[in-house]
Amino acid sequence: MKVGLFIPCYIDQFYPQVGIATLSLLEKLGCDVVYPQGQTCCGQPMANSGFEHLTHGCNELFVDHFEGLDYIVGPSGSCVLHIKDHLHVEGKEQAATHIRQRIYELAEFLTDVLKVDHLKAKFPHKVGIHQSCHGQRGLGLAQMSELVAAPFSKPQRLLQMVEGLELVELKRTDECCGFGGTFCVFEEAVSVKMGKDRIADHVNNGAEYITGNDVSCLMHLEGILRRQKSDVKVLHIAEILNSSI
Amino acid sequence: MEHQHKEHSLLAEEFNANEPRVNWHDETLWWVRQKRDKMAWTIPEWEDLREAASRIKHNVLGNLHDYLLEFEKNAQANGAVVHWAADAAEHNKIVLQLLQEQGVKRMVKSKSMLTEECHLNPYLAEHGIEVIDTDLGERIVQLAKEPPSHIVLPCIHKKKEEIGELFHEHLGTPAGNADPKFLTAAARQHLRAEFIQSRVAITGVNFAVAETGEMVVCTNEGNADMGAHLADVHIACMGIEKIIPQRKHLGVFLRLLARSATGQPITTYSSHFRAPKKGQQLHIVLVDNGRSRQLGREDFRNSLKCIRCGACMNTCPVYRRSGGHSYHNAIAGPIGAILAPNLDMKEYADLPFASTLCGSCSNVCPVKIDIHQQLYKWRQVITREGYTKKTKAAGMHAMNIVLSKPGLYKTAGGIGRWVMRTFPAVVNNGLNPWFRQREMPEPPKESFADWYKKNRKQ
Repeated sequence: MKVGLFIPCYIDQFYPQVGIATLSLLEKLGCDVVYPQGQTCCGQPMANSGFEHLTHGCNELFVDHFEGLDYIVGPSGSCVLHIKDHLHVEGKEQAATHIRQRIYELAEFLTDVLKVDHLKAKFPHKVGIHQSCHGQRGLGLAQMSELVAAPFSKPQRLLQMVEGLELVELKRTDECCGFGGTFCVFEEAVSVKMGKDRIADHVNNGAEYITGNDVSCLMHLEGILRRQKSDVKVLHIAEILNSSI
Repeated sequence: MEHQHKEHSLLAEEFNANEPRVNWHDETLWWVRQKRDKMAWTIPEWEDLREAASRIKHNVLGNLHDYLLEFEKNAQANGAVVHWAADAAEHNKIVLQLLQEQGVKRMVKSKSMLTEECHLNPYLAEHGIEVIDTDLGERIVQLAKEPPSHIVLPCIHKKKEEIGELFHEHLGTPAGNADPKFLTAAARQHLRAEFIQSRVAITGVNFAVAETGEMVVCTNEGNADMGAHLADVHIACMGIEKIIPQRKHLGVFLRLLARSATGQPITTYSSHFRAPKKGQQLHIVLVDNGRSRQLGREDFRNSLKCIRCGACMNTCPVYRRSGGHSYHNAIAGPIGAILAPNLDMKEYADLPFASTLCGSCSNVCPVKIDIHQQLYKWRQVITREGYTKKTKAAGMHAMNIVLSKPGLYKTAGGIGRWVMRTFPAVVNNGLNPWFRQREMPEPPKESFADWYKKNRKQ
């Protein structure tokens, strides 16, 4: 099984450790992983700002780098959702469709494709899960609090396989953190307030770490935590699932 | 670009100047959202009910022309007079004419978001007619000379102490009394006098049944009934999308409406108005005001399914922390943000961007409008039509150039991180909105791509 590793631009530039953890975890689980060099961005920052018509450059690059692979896996629910919903390239529609159908966020790839039921990972800490909206409501990584339906959570299932890890319960299980792409700068006041409120929920319930499936949300929360000089840290789920004994 | 109003982000920033108040506003509306959840969970078939409602409305929107004519025919047979208004101005003119025929200078109106949308009150005031809003929340904001901040809970932004002060000033209640029961009793006395003197009553309409020509008006206070029954003339104002095909469909909508809105099983009053009493007149004003245009926009057509429950506002994390007035539109929140650009794209160009696209709104919507997807689509339309700031457009073009060229992206990334490490003040300053209340991420020496090249030779 050939898996293409999709490392979104801001992870590549600012959080290489998340890319390394993702790669290492997939390799440990027996995947033949390739990282197509020269990849850049899914195009979402432009598209969500109303400039989807500018994204054909990013779309073409994406198809060129990821066509012909069995699966494409990325450690970001939001970027994966964007590709799933919006990747189209004139003249390469078949390749684009294949990618849209075969791209997975890391956690769902682990639970749904690799069907992981145990992990050799240890992380003896209290951890709060931040359910990023695009992963949860867009990709369906977990049951949503608005719907009358049976509960499930793919990230939670994976974290429960980690030795010593204790999940904290939150007052609001799936409220948005306020990152929202360019929303975080164009609507700075509300964005930060939402982030502060999310953090308070984790802190009040004793979390030492906040984890999630989207580094963008975590980057926003981390920025606020560091300004608050808090001891609470953020980690991408790959970093926890890859933490060795 | 000149606008009549400040943009959402600025108004939201002003709202956030008082953080304890934001916390209170957020908690109050979150409490309503939780009541809604509890009620939804009492109905095992809740999701099927939403689907049914959505499909009934789908049918209505696909056959609106026929249903409207059927409704008109049956309403006329019941003895009602039906008026058609192409836009807000025509609606206001029709209402004014009816009032002038009756020679009234003061009259009562129960809750109607349509009349808010048409700015009926100020229009009538210009013509020397005073409207008394009889919904308690509406009356409170009217006394405060403010627009409603929420379609179901118009004065949800006001604390009871502020309402006590307003009542002291306008209704003569004792200063410092903020007891909700006492204030409600005072409002009741005050409104009773208005009901009794009012020869004309305006009401909104929640559902208009094509099959029978009747209208259903839902209130918790009975104020629509009180007004309509005591007056000689009842004027019911409705948007043309309020039609439902048959009476039996109320069984779906009435179960959803109050549960979604306030977490009640049903509104206290769900009153059917079918025919005028002997000697009474019943006028129904059917208003388009952009709805036909929206119906023609395939991507946004579904927004007309809305039954005005307000659930999307209560769940919206942005609405809860920016307040209804920050949307500078009669209808605030996520649904307002997809309806408003249809009315005036330039004036409301900011609203589809006042969202993180988290999707919670679409999940609570009782008629399953894809609200967050429509927000995304409006962003594209607004940008294409040229209603985006030039600075933002320039930034997006620059970003696109960098991200479309792998070599440039790699170089720009490396230089950018080096600058951040070496001269942090270049980004860590007040001009960077990120940095105002957040630290920038720490720039590593190596990107993932750099690391991969070194560590995984292919």
